[in-house]
Amino acid sequence: MDDLDEIVAEFLVESHENLDQLDRDLVALEQDPTSRQLLGSIFRTIHTIKGTTGFFEFGHLEALTHAGESLLSRLRDGELRLTAEITDSLLLMVDAVRALLAAIEATGQEGEPDHAELIATLTRLQHGGLAAPAAPSEPPPLGEVIVEHGGATPDDVTLAMTAQNVGDARPIGEILINQGSTTPGEVSLALEVQEERRSVADGSIRVSVERLDSLMRLMGELVLTRNQSVVHAAAARDATLIRASTRLNLITSELQEVVLKMRMQPIDILWSKLPRVIRDLSATCGKTVQLEMEGRETELDRTILEAVKDPLTHLVRNAVDHGIESPEDRLAAGKDEQGLLLLRAFHEGGQVNIEIRDDGAGIDPSLIAAKALERGLVSAEQLARMNGRETINLIFLPGFSTSATVTNVSGRGVGMDVVKSNLEKIGGSIDVSSDLGAGTTVHVKIPLTLAIIPALTVACAGDRYAIPTVNLVQLVRLEGEQGRVGIELISGTPVYRLRGNLLPLLYLDRELDVSEPDRGERDTVLIVVLQAEDRRFGLVVDTVLDTQEIVVKPLSSQLENVSVYAGTTILGDGSAALILDVLALAQRAHVLDTGRELARAAADQADDDRPATGEALLVTSVGQDRQVAIPLATVTRLEEFPASSIEHVGSRELVQYRDMILPLVRLTGLPGDAGRRADDDVLTVVVCFIRGRSVGLVVDAILDIVEGGLSGRDNLDGAGLLGTAVVRDRITKLLDVEQTVREIDPQFYDIHSVSTGDRS
Amino acid sequence: MSPASSPAQLSTFVVNGYLFGVEVATVQEVIRCQSMTRVPLAPPAFGGLVNLRGQVIAAIDLRRRLGFPDRTAGELPMDVIVRTRDGLVCLLVDQIGDVVDVSEEAFEEPPDTLLGIARALIRRVYKLDDTLLLSLDVKGAVELQPAG
Repeated sequence: MDDLDEIVAEFLVESHENLDQLDRDLVALEQDPTSRQLLGSIFRTIHTIKGTTGFFEFGHLEALTHAGESLLSRLRDGELRLTAEITDSLLLMVDAVRALLAAIEATGQEGEPDHAELIATLTRLQHGGLAAPAAPSEPPPLGEVIVEHGGATPDDVTLAMTAQNVGDARPIGEILINQGSTTPGEVSLALEVQEERRSVADGSIRVSVERLDSLMRLMGELVLTRNQSVVHAAAARDATLIRASTRLNLITSELQEVVLKMRMQPIDILWSKLPRVIRDLSATCGKTVQLEMEGRETELDRTILEAVKDPLTHLVRNAVDHGIESPEDRLAAGKDEQGLLLLRAFHEGGQVNIEIRDDGAGIDPSLIAAKALERGLVSAEQLARMNGRETINLIFLPGFSTSATVTNVSGRGVGMDVVKSNLEKIGGSIDVSSDLGAGTTVHVKIPLTLAIIPALTVACAGDRYAIPTVNLVQLVRLEGEQGRVGIELISGTPVYRLRGNLLPLLYLDRELDVSEPDRGERDTVLIVVLQAEDRRFGLVVDTVLDTQEIVVKPLSSQLENVSVYAGTTILGDGSAALILDVLALAQRAHVLDTGRELARAAADQADDDRPATGEALLVTSVGQDRQVAIPLATVTRLEEFPASSIEHVGSRELVQYRDMILPLVRLTGLPGDAGRRADDDVLTVVVCFIRGRSVGLVVDAILDIVEGGLSGRDNLDGAGLLGTAVVRDRITKLLDVEQTVREIDPQFYDIHSVSTGDRS
Repeated sequence: MSPASSPAQLSTFVVNGYLFGVEVATVQEVIRCQSMTRVPLAPPAFGGLVNLRGQVIAAIDLRRRLGFPDRTAGELPMDVIVRTRDGLVCLLVDQIGDVVDVSEEAFEEPPDTLLGIARALIRRVYKLDDTLLLSLDVKGAVELQPAG
């Protein structure tokens, strides 16, 4: 039974229920032999079992039910009248089916029972034949059980059964004992085993939702108490206590899993209502739609199931109403007249994925773009930067409705934005992709459960907050210097370069308006990298504490207007804490838009500057921890000069170098560099040769030589700069040597002749 | 709310020197100040979140809600847990008083001299022997305007 397929188990439960119904119906039928209603019901039941058994390739069952069905169909059609004999044989058939089901349940196989006689009787009765001797009863499972346990040989059991068949009324166990084939001990053991293997139908009970909910609530309390006890046990340093608490910890986790599983229901509960919806809808629209479903058994927590019901129905209606074309259009497009709507559900990465795919006309991005522009939802400039998929996803913007005319089907003022926000409320996401002319696919991702979620606890300004780990990408820790220089400002937004990507930063204390005014520079910067929608951003917090399972509790109604919290929870020490709503936080700070803009700007620049990206760059550090890159092609040598060797001519600095006078230019004089650096003992100089002249660029340190590091040039160019790029995860200014020299010393190239004069 | 004719029992407490009362039936319990979790961006009268035996409930600072000055630092409030339609809410008060029987003849409409916010949240004023008892509109008191 362990490996019993779940579908088979479901079939067994269903069939057992059906058989019980059949028993009652047959008995009732005897009282009222002509009732068409009863006959119809019995016929349907047998038909269902037959259909399913054929599917599972249970040949015996099928043969048996087929014979019964044929007999019943004649009864139903009034060609036969029910006699006691027919009732008997039908009841026998029900018993035989039950026995076969028991065998399937016990072994997964039908076994090799002989129902030929019963089938013959059923067939004969079907043709109005006369009574034949009663069919032998099916082999009692007890015998099998005893054989299985080696308590008796199969031959002994057959012998006992034969005895039963010829009129021995005693139970098989008793016969076997009398035969001396087995012992009373074996029989009682077998009876116990049999009891254990009581059918699946007996093994499942109905439990009210309230009870499950209250179990869940208690479970939540237990998880919290467990969290507290683990914290205290760890502090107590009492080995026994720690052992007990570890055990408590394990058991709670297991229990939690079981309880969560109890609340799971297959998505089919929602889907089973869809065929009707689609049938009615397609009739209204004058379309024919075939609905296919994959993964009906995919399970979700019932609270989630409830929450996704409306969004899913809406999406399905949309697919039929807007997605699938009219039969004429379909034929014209060379498609099958009948549209296809495919629903798929599957588990992936701790989430439930639902796909709604139609083979309709697809979504034309240009229509979406035009509509969005017309409604003033986006600017032409923004549109120009979007790819097809991004454009299509504009349909989720509030105020967007693609339907040219409001139909009574999906145009009810409930737009896709509502669908999206309802899904996001439960931590889900939605995305649309479309192949113009070939169809549209909507991908929905939703969490398995909402009740207990893993979360990261962080501290900020003395308070603790929980962040659902579903949003968490990674943690970045910047120590000391790194923290001060790693975070840069781009158009007023603090950003951090994370592997070449710009990560807009949010400071949690500032967002929540709890900044401590007297706090100085952060020594260590902790960035929690989060993902909201498809954008990443960094949340700067004071401390990252740990990850733990938290029980989500509702937010009190007084806080409904404060959008940044998703709920509350109780931490291990028993104090209440807020769960941050990452998406709302990001939206509030407009960090997603900023991130999008930054990414686009970077991408655009990268496109524009492609020829330049292959060039080799000498990366130096200059002034207050800035990076400046110098095209390596212009660099002839790297030198160090003692500060004392500098000679001053007017405002210019010169050194004698290889029989020539090398004019020096300090890059700290670049625009944007506040103050000059105090003179060092030794100057690091990059000797460049440009326009037939050498010039020494004084830098603080030579860092690296990189190639093609211009992954994200932006528009921050100042004079003397070719652009700004990301090099070694830092913003680096790319130096235009000639221009720089002119900026700092306008006459530099003008005095060319004078210098050469000096030289000679 | 009891009919106007029958006598009522009010559970009383002090806020900023005034004696307030709420119907005894709405009070679940009175406890000493619990540790509270601050909620940034919440309306000013929102005192924080309290863990009441595994339930996270909102605390309303009645001083702020009624427009009185804040408690001085070190003065700990008492928690009056009341039942509302939206579940339990904790009211932060200065001091707990007795349960008082009030007769319906002894009440008056709140006088105009009461402060602005406070007046809107006071249903009736009962004249006791030595003081006035202000009957608090609990439903109104736990409804907070979003933070400006």
